[in-house]
Amino acid sequence: MPLVVENLNHIYMKGGPYETQALHDVSFTIRDGEFVGLIGHTGSGKSTLVQHLNGLLQPDSGRVLVDGTDLADKTADRKQIRCKVGLVFQYAENQLFEETVEKDIAFGPKNLGLDAAEVDRRVREAMRQVALDYETISQKSVFELSGGQMRRAAIAGVLAMKPSVLVLDEPCAGLDPHGREEILGLIKRLHTESGATIVMVSHSMDDVAQLAERVLVMEKGRLVMDGTPEEVFTRGEELRSMGLDVPQVVQLCEQLRARGYEIPERIYRMEDIREILLKILKKGEHHAQ
Amino acid sequence: MAEQRMDEDRILATDVTYRYPDAERNAVDQVSMRVKRGEFLAILGHNGSGKSTLAKLFNALYVPESGTVLMCGMDTRDDELVFEIRQNAGMVFQNPDNQIVATIVEEDVAFGLENNGVPPAEIRVRIDEALKIVNMSEYARKAPHMLSGGQKQRVAIAGVLAMKPKVIVLDESTAMLDPSGRAEVMNTVHRLNRDEGISIVIITHYMSEAATADYVIVMDDGKIRLTGTPRKVFSDVETVRSLGLDVPPMTGLAHDLRHAGIDIRPDVLTVEEMVEEVCRLS
Repeated sequence: MPLVVENLNHIYMKGGPYETQALHDVSFTIRDGEFVGLIGHTGSGKSTLVQHLNGLLQPDSGRVLVDGTDLADKTADRKQIRCKVGLVFQYAENQLFEETVEKDIAFGPKNLGLDAAEVDRRVREAMRQVALDYETISQKSVFELSGGQMRRAAIAGVLAMKPSVLVLDEPCAGLDPHGREEILGLIKRLHTESGATIVMVSHSMDDVAQLAERVLVMEKGRLVMDGTPEEVFTRGEELRSMGLDVPQVVQLCEQLRARGYEIPERIYRMEDIREILLKILKKGEHHAQ
Repeated sequence: MAEQRMDEDRILATDVTYRYPDAERNAVDQVSMRVKRGEFLAILGHNGSGKSTLAKLFNALYVPESGTVLMCGMDTRDDELVFEIRQNAGMVFQNPDNQIVATIVEEDVAFGLENNGVPPAEIRVRIDEALKIVNMSEYARKAPHMLSGGQKQRVAIAGVLAMKPKVIVLDESTAMLDPSGRAEVMNTVHRLNRDEGISIVIITHYMSEAATADYVIVMDDGKIRLTGTPRKVFSDVETVRSLGLDVPPMTGLAHDLRHAGIDIRPDVLTVEEMVEEVCRLS
């Protein structure tokens, strides 16, 4: 059980005129190797929640356990816990600051007090994981990289800490379709090949539908849905009432059903609807003949 | 008066080439295009394709090395005209936090007007009008940092609107917004286009936004590779994908179905159109 969130409450500016309760009694457990999509309207509490997952914010009540250790426990080794949960912020490339890509990725491991050989090994490994070529790129300035490459370098900096859970807040925001493909492919590989536990915050329902095995939906600081993508995305009306999109595949299924077509429940992937439409339309051809 | 002619060119670019200092290749290479009065254009292209550079050539932020850009008939190479050009062609950028300068919403909208020496009484009228058009009147005296991203972008649009522009260029202005913020901004620009007759140019990575334009330009390597209505451009799925772009999900689905031997229209854009096609064919 790497990550347990229990009755988590968080209040911003407590006692002030702008006091807001950002999290209400949020509880869930993320198991080893899960790929969890976290969705919700802006202001729903997603980013606040994410910052609790490695102890950047402290709960007003409730607790977060990482591998059984309470993040609020003052006697716990925080450095070690923060290594276990790697957090990739929105627009992570804004935090690149070193002279070269290599130095930037090495920053975290160095601060852990690892020896030079181990740091070097981790930098090379992290760059390999994000598909940045060590030979040609490690000595470049981060400002010479493309947008997608910069974001991957920032992710490499987190991976070099060898986290067992990787939390990504809107990892594709602001990238072009090609950059988005790169990042999504990279996250998928980390999950399938290295078995990393992934928590991905996203506004793109289509991305979440394609990748996540489990979807958490936040609204007004509460966890309002927790289930497989099939379970969550078939509740289209509720999602829309929260100001969220529904994947286009789900919209298509809904509208075809309304026209009297028998579309099975819980279809949300493009491959699946394609096969169903092929069956319907091939049959149509026979009728025509 | 020429103002009233529908076919009047707002932007006319002829053989425009631009290269950044010390760059090895042209960022914009022999591009010719036009935007007429009241038209809505979307420019697509992967990062580095030259689309933002082209946008900056429209309002004389950059000046072409060769070729000409006429903004509402004014040559952008003429230094004397720079202020008038920028007044006619407002620009809204990507990051809502980088383009708001004042601490009160209405003061931010007033910024450009004050700099242009518009009389105070007239400024008052224009601010109220502009905020009303973008549905932000009730926030006139609020602090910008208390607003959502979509609201901030609408304030930025109001600041541009107050200058009474003929063209508004939005350079990835929805990229940092959530879906509802994106919808707010897109609804606003469509309304300006329809009701105020302002020509709109959007630069975007969202194919769903491009699908709502009158026509689309796809750029690659500084050149225009595809141009036409969204329906025509996106139906060329192979080319669009080869240029590093997506097609709208339903267009992709139609493409796959055609490959499997179904005689479905290749230019399906929306879920509704897909439903109609399925009904027609079965």
